[in-house]
Amino acid sequence: MAFVPIANTRSAAGMPTGRLAVWWVIASEIVIFGGLLAAYLIHRLGHPEWANYAVHTNTMAGAVNTFVLLTSSLSAVLAHKAAEEGNGKKAAWLLVATTVGAGMFLLIKSFEWTYEITHGYTIQTNGFWAFYYTAAGLHALHVIAGAIIMLVIAADAYKGKYLHRVELIGVYWHFVDLVWIFLFPLLYIAK
Amino acid sequence: MEHHDPHVDSHGDGHHDDHHDQGFWEKYVFSTDHKIIGLQYMFTGMAMAIIGGFFSYVFRMQLAFPGIDVPGFGMVSPGEYNALVTNHGTIMIFWVAMPVLIAAFGNFLIPLMIGCDDMVFPRINRLSYQVFLLSALVLIFSFFVDGGAFGGAWTAYPPLSAKAQYNLTAAGSSLWLVAVALEFVAFLLGGINFITTLMNSRAPGMRWHDIPLVLWMIVIASILFMVSVGPLIAGAAMLFMDQNIGTGFFDPNRGGDPILWQHLFWFFGHPEVYVVLLPAMGIVAEVLCINARKKMFGYKLVLYSVIATGVLSFFVWAHHQFTAGIDPRMANIFTVTTLLISIPIAELCFLYVATLYGGSIRFTTPMLWSLAFVVEFLIGGVTGIYLGASGMDIYFHDSYFVLAHFHYTFYPIAIIGVFAGVTHWFPKMFGRLMSEFWGKVHFWGTIIPFNIIFIPLFFLGMAGQHRRIYIFEHVAGLAQPHLQDLRVLATAALVVMLLFQAVFLINLFTSMFRGAKAGKNPWRASTLEWTTPSPPPHGNFGGNFPTVYRGPYEYSHPDHDEDFWPQDEPPAA
Repeated sequence: MAFVPIANTRSAAGMPTGRLAVWWVIASEIVIFGGLLAAYLIHRLGHPEWANYAVHTNTMAGAVNTFVLLTSSLSAVLAHKAAEEGNGKKAAWLLVATTVGAGMFLLIKSFEWTYEITHGYTIQTNGFWAFYYTAAGLHALHVIAGAIIMLVIAADAYKGKYLHRVELIGVYWHFVDLVWIFLFPLLYIAK
Repeated sequence: MEHHDPHVDSHGDGHHDDHHDQGFWEKYVFSTDHKIIGLQYMFTGMAMAIIGGFFSYVFRMQLAFPGIDVPGFGMVSPGEYNALVTNHGTIMIFWVAMPVLIAAFGNFLIPLMIGCDDMVFPRINRLSYQVFLLSALVLIFSFFVDGGAFGGAWTAYPPLSAKAQYNLTAAGSSLWLVAVALEFVAFLLGGINFITTLMNSRAPGMRWHDIPLVLWMIVIASILFMVSVGPLIAGAAMLFMDQNIGTGFFDPNRGGDPILWQHLFWFFGHPEVYVVLLPAMGIVAEVLCINARKKMFGYKLVLYSVIATGVLSFFVWAHHQFTAGIDPRMANIFTVTTLLISIPIAELCFLYVATLYGGSIRFTTPMLWSLAFVVEFLIGGVTGIYLGASGMDIYFHDSYFVLAHFHYTFYPIAIIGVFAGVTHWFPKMFGRLMSEFWGKVHFWGTIIPFNIIFIPLFFLGMAGQHRRIYIFEHVAGLAQPHLQDLRVLATAALVVMLLFQAVFLINLFTSMFRGAKAGKNPWRASTLEWTTPSPPPHGNFGGNFPTVYRGPYEYSHPDHDEDFWPQDEPPAA
């Protein structure tokens, strides 16, 4: 059913089309998160009292989640390596492992947020918490979307199909990880 | 054992086209063919232009004849006036200029002009149109909800846009925001397709300086859009939350700041004007070269100037905020950058004029539109200089002088540039010729009234008339008869101009079905789209993809007998 145009097979820029496109997607995402985080930073610098609110974020949960995401990026890289070797089944399982990591991330976050919300720190509480939930929430949406796409690609890879997409979702996943590496210090460590 | 290259999709489907027996729905409604998708964008944009134009008729009638029962609308309440001007601006920028200039022409032309069969991601292309159509429907739906359409200006400044107790359009405000956000998503999807296709799918032999300028312009505009819209997407999410879930991002009482919205909006808003300008200038470049039978004067300089403009456009945004309470020292800096950015654009205008010099000029309908673009845009650009100086802007901010300035820029972009493009590529799109006679009638019937609408508005602005006010009867300085005469004059000219658009619509639709048949290359042009049948079949080149041997504007070349030299013609042996 997939019609692959000749356009898709050319490579005047020297890079396969899929990879070129994913990098442009990353570029657009960088400006979205960059804009949001820049707005947060400027507010934070202008509101020293936000340090008092930031004290109540769960740094341990954040740290564990950082470890979880980094590990999931590792499995994504190993999946790419397997795909390069033509081993679709191995790549698929490693991608599944990556989505398990995503699931753990989301699980820890849901416990974290449930605690915070039931203790009165909601998105409406003040400016700091508004940015906190917005930034981390936008990131979490990208984790969910990425995990779903990753499972679809894993299903195809298991059957030996579209193995080049393992690399592409891996690149996206590293980006999601990188955003978290920025979020963690900005929201959790800076107190 | 066969080496498996995972970078190339080796799955069975390969390159052949499974769509050999398409029904009506698959071929015209759910198509993945870039030409159909381009036309879908074009017609949707034109339909939205009728709505946006109708709104301008209504609010101008209110201004010319305050309190009138406007024919076709009724009495205009203050709230409705605000909704009309808000949605006029929003529609014209996001649902007319962008879809027609970027999505329609980009989709239609890019694969044809670079010599391949479609965009690199045809299904994402289709998705982008579907998201765009949804965005248009959401916006239209917002006109009919309780409270009516959003009326907080296309700039949507909080707290007016954030608090329903101020804007009185709780549902309309959120729907407006959702519509704009969906439109952004559609153009991000489309933009990635355009950029990737232009970078990767060029015909063999097509170097970067063999690419027709219109494609460069569309792709650079897509990149500009992508980079500038990011922060605003974040801001739109924040505004939506302020509207609906009680956050206070832009509320000073809650630790937020309304000026944050202004910065997020204008950081996008200024590059956005270049996002729409560049494709229009690209269209004009193509038409000028073809109808002057001359190559572009300074192709590389045009390209570098455009790139410089694009980069500089990120450093001028606060000229929209000179009177918002920003530090005057910041205002000085932005004045300097704003005046600087006029230089590359002026450069482009000079290069266009130099292209014409010594040319063999054919006054076809597209050429008339392109020449008018240069003249009218010049007026717009020059009046921008006054506004870029922060001192003058203290007087002019939010006056009709600003409005006249940006209509002298936007109108050439969204209307004149579009008509140039449509009349120029119509033969390729539909395989027939439009009527030159009625094309010229439409041209003069549009251009002359256009100037009569907006020149009076400069004078009204200088007299101190403020924007976004629905009635001036109670303001002594502005309620004077000679000023009211200018308002009536502008409105009368608008009505005449809108009526003349019927000439275009009739010409368009009758020519589509009964126009004289156009061959492959009625304009005797040298770019690749003119080597295909008119209209091109699915796959464009029938499997025989061209190789490129020269630049896109080899007109009147001394070494060649014909006054045009197609890009794909092999060099003489």
